Amino acid sequence: MTRASQANTEATLSGWGNVPVPGHERLTERIDRASEGAVLSRGLGRSYGDSSLPPPDRREVLGTRLADRILGFDPQSGVMRAEAGLSLVEINRLMLRRGWFPPVTPGTQYVTLGGMVAADVHGKGHHSAGCFGSGHVRNLKLRLADGRIVECSREVEADLFRATVGGMGLTGHILEVEFAMRSIPSPWIWSESRRCGDIDEFIETIEEVHSTWPYGVGWIDCLSRGRNMGRGILDYGRWATAEEAAGKPLPNRPGIPIPFMMPGWLLGPLSVRAFNTLYYHQHVARHRRHGLRHPASFFYPLDTFLNWNRLYGRRGFTQYQCVLPKSAGRGAARTFLELLTSKGGASFLCVIKDTGPEGLGLLSFPKRGISIALDIAVRDDTQQLVDTLNELVISLGGRIYLAKDGFTRPEHYRAMEPRLDEFLQIRRRFDPEFRLRSAQSVRVLGDPARLVGEDETA
Amino acid sequence: MKVVILGATSGMGRAIARRLAERGDSLFLLGHEPEELERSAADLSARAPDFRGNVGHAHCDLREPEDFKMALTVADRALDGFDTVVVTAAVFATQEQLEADIDRTEELLRINFTNTVVFCEHARNVLLERGGGTLCVFSSVAGDRGRKPVALYGAAKAGLSTYLEALDHRYRSAGLNTICVKPGFVKTGMTAGLKPPPFAGEPDQVAALVVRAIDRGTPEVYAPSIWRLIMLVIMHLPRFVMRKVGF
Ligand SMILES: Cc1cc2nc3c(=O)[nH]c(=O)nc-3n(C[C@H](O)[C@H](O)[C@H](O)COP(=O)(O)OP(=O)(O)OC[C@H]3O[C@@H](n4cnc5c(N)ncnc54)[C@H](O)[C@@H]3O)c2cc1C
Ligand SMILES: NC(=O)c1ccc[n+]([C@@H]2O[C@H](COP(=O)([O-])OP(=O)(O)OC[C@H]3O[C@@H](n4cnc5c(N)ncnc54)[C@H](OP(=O)(O)O)[C@@H]3O)[C@@H](O)[C@H]2O)c1
Repeated sequence: MTRASQANTEATLSGWGNVPVPGHERLTERIDRASEGAVLSRGLGRSYGDSSLPPPDRREVLGTRLADRILGFDPQSGVMRAEAGLSLVEINRLMLRRGWFPPVTPGTQYVTLGGMVAADVHGKGHHSAGCFGSGHVRNLKLRLADGRIVECSREVEADLFRATVGGMGLTGHILEVEFAMRSIPSPWIWSESRRCGDIDEFIETIEEVHSTWPYGVGWIDCLSRGRNMGRGILDYGRWATAEEAAGKPLPNRPGIPIPFMMPGWLLGPLSVRAFNTLYYHQHVARHRRHGLRHPASFFYPLDTFLNWNRLYGRRGFTQYQCVLPKSAGRGAARTFLELLTSKGGASFLCVIKDTGPEGLGLLSFPKRGISIALDIAVRDDTQQLVDTLNELVISLGGRIYLAKDGFTRPEHYRAMEPRLDEFLQIRRRFDPEFRLRSAQSVRVLGDPARLVGEDETA
Repeated sequence: MKVVILGATSGMGRAIARRLAERGDSLFLLGHEPEELERSAADLSARAPDFRGNVGHAHCDLREPEDFKMALTVADRALDGFDTVVVTAAVFATQEQLEADIDRTEELLRINFTNTVVFCEHARNVLLERGGGTLCVFSSVAGDRGRKPVALYGAAKAGLSTYLEALDHRYRSAGLNTICVKPGFVKTGMTAGLKPPPFAGEPDQVAALVVRAIDRGTPEVYAPSIWRLIMLVIMHLPRFVMRKVGF
């Protein structure tokens, strides 16, 4: 085989955004053993950018998804302990009909517990339930860079715990996670939705609705401008009571989801405008009561289209997600959308929700304010667009979400993240030689691309 | 059902045990690493209906045939008489690794053939004594035809397949259903270092087929099912072709 053709057939690995780097996963049930010496853990690869990808001098990451055993569940307290590769799909499959649901779930159930802790994920309920790791994890078992296996929690090795929750896999390999499930009155969601005419109305409605409803997320038509800018639909819900559900059995499949976040990329750019307009207007009533809804259609509408991420084509895509703090004032979201639409409507859809107080995880993303997320197809000007948005976000006192990021510059991240130094200090205490790194940590945190005294590609 | 499983800690054994636990069958695990057994037992217990699983386990190392009888006795007591025995445990190494290491070759042949058969003989005796039951054992498509990349591993599996087929012929009328499972390439820890060919299967897909075969007493299972066809073709390729091709 010639060199060139070898390079062509070299295995690649990518995040959900499908921007690949050379690399492969080592899959094993025994992450307790295989984590020794591994540079990074990777769950189901649902982070969008390069969080779960190896640094440039390495090829292999540890794939955790076969390490998926429940180690204990107490039906009295709801406390579950499990191996870090256990996925949310599996947890939901086993627990939903038995009356339990995770305290926090992201917008896809194809994630592992390890990934949920490492990104300290938030969900539709952030305003009421906080983040997964910061708010609900009681204990973690970690393989550290120096080879030791330790447990940490709020009380024991508290620094390590705070750095690991939201620490994007850089403090240790998470082997086991203990957290409390929440008990639910029925397996059905009771939901409503409201149409909002512009961004200001949107934000007012979110605040009003979220004072009483535990879950909610908004869909914004990013192509609308001027008077209509930021118009969209707010979808919110709570668990249905046993009386409302009336024993109705939950089918395995949710059916076609209500297309609140009907992905523009399924349609092709020209029809998106038409679709968004149509969609907005088909929500004729300002306020709709949907009643019982399948939790999968409520929490995971995008999971219906498995592998939808491939539709973005060869160059892949990224998601830009930022939080604009309450301190930036009510106008912040409008300012952001104005900049975005002036840059040519980078995205068709944009997801918006309000976020509650900052969690204890040192790099945990949310803080009190508004979170905005939009998908951006990778093009020649993507870096520039992200830079421009980041500059605005910095000036407003906000920050971006590492689990979605593939483009943020180190100086921008530093400017957004006053807690970074504390994180780095703790990390250095446990890993002075940077044995644990990712493509992202090299790009955003300034980790060495190559370790001193090593020139081999492992 | 009351099922003893040797190999439930990982791969296809894990997937089968989960399906059985989730539908309420009673399980007892045998294996060589106590901590792994403990963790798998916890997993299976949590999956039982109403979280009321109570899965026991005991030590049984395929390298130590002198302990097989005792392990099965312990399982039998715990389950108050088992009716089904499933064996997924085995070891794997590539042809290159084996050719370079005669001790490893000897050990693989012993574990995958001799000792597995000895284990099955003990299980068969217990089952026949009580009028029958099911003995479900994992062989491999690698035993169907002599092929370049699996000369040694395949030879042990060929021997095992032959034994299992004969057991079925010999004892079915006495009430013993012998099931020989022949997986094609399945993505488990065992094959993690290898490049998956087309039609590679997932453990749970295999588990669904195997549980159905146990319920129905089907004597031979290719899993995923497409491998029955693939092997049919391979079995009919002339020798001069097999000498040329790499699989
Ligand atoms: C459609 C979609 C919707 C989403 N919605 C949300 C949302 O609403 N809220 C939200 O917060 N996020 C959301 N996400 C992002 C997703 O929840 C996170 O990226 C999550 O981390 C993915 O989990 P994973 O198991 O796939 O981890 P990966 O993507 O494989 O890894 C993510 C990070 O976790 C680290 N990691 C994974 N496992 C371990 C381990 N065992 N030990 C140490 N580190 C580990 C990796 O090194 C990496 O840094 C969404 C993603 C998609 C695709
Ligand atoms: N995967 C494939 O593509 C494939 C294809 C054809 C046939 N097969 C066959 O299918 C069966 C299951 O394979 P798999 O892929 O699920 O493999 P796996 O995940 O490696 O599981 C093998 C099991 O055997 C156990 N084991 C290994 N050595 C043992 C010993 N000395 N004593 C007792 N138990 C021992 C292992 O326990 P520990 O984990 O504790 O070591 C593990 O539970 C095997 O018979 C294999 O040969 C597999």
